[in-house]
Amino acid sequence: MIDSGSSGLEVTVERRDGQLHIAPCGEVDLSTSPALRRALQGALAEGAERVVIDLAGIPYMDSSGVATLVEALQTCKRQGRDLVLARPCERVASIFVISKLDTVFTIEMDPGV
Amino acid sequence: MEWSVNESGVLIDVAAQPAQLCVLRAAVSTWCRSAGASAGEADQISLAVDEAAANVIRHGYTDGSGRIRLKAWRASGRVCVVLEDDAPQVPLDEIAPRPLSDVRPGGLGVHFIRTTMEEATWSHRPEGGMQLTMSLPLASLVGPSGAGADAAQEAQCDD
Repeated sequence: MIDSGSSGLEVTVERRDGQLHIAPCGEVDLSTSPALRRALQGALAEGAERVVIDLAGIPYMDSSGVATLVEALQTCKRQGRDLVLARPCERVASIFVISKLDTVFTIEMDPGV
Repeated sequence: MEWSVNESGVLIDVAAQPAQLCVLRAAVSTWCRSAGASAGEADQISLAVDEAAANVIRHGYTDGSGRIRLKAWRASGRVCVVLEDDAPQVPLDEIAPRPLSDVRPGGLGVHFIRTTMEEATWSHRPEGGMQLTMSLPLASLVGPSGAGADAAQEAQCDD
């Protein structure tokens, strides 16, 4: 499933080996984070024990994007599901370090980073 | 967005709309690089500007319209940025980062600004609106070898 709104952010949602794989693509800021939030809410309505949000296609994220991911994490925790953030670029990974959320999220770095 | 660049720095005047944030970030980052900032420093400064402008859009112009003016220049080995708006003034003691131990959505913008910039000071403009003054030393210009890089520039970050 691909959600491409007028925001410039595209979100691809797939099932892979029983996991929910969500891959947003584009910059995430106050303009595009509502589209990411809608896409995550829609995707999380599907059942899967493990949810992977692949951040490799996100070159930039500000605090509004972080807030959207924290909300998704809280939703998953309430539902007893695991949420993993995968492959953030160095710039996006630094946002989680600055906010000390690198210890709250499970973050799987790209082996090449 | 209107912007002008000269030897003194850059002036940007932009509508306070979410869709303008990416344009503002790109303009600030481009100017920072031309002013001698590293890619990482340009990223830090453009993130701080993004967060500051987003706060103005979300919490300042509650009627959905207004302008944001940005001025940036280099002085004494650092990049200085002033962001101004005409939004209703908020008490300065209300502008504070929240505890990071409180894990919840939102409220990280001020923390990001204070973390990425060495200095960030909010004030009330006498004519109305808010002003945020920020600065960050550029690593390539700090120290004896870089101290002379801004010798011709007398301007300080307190403008």
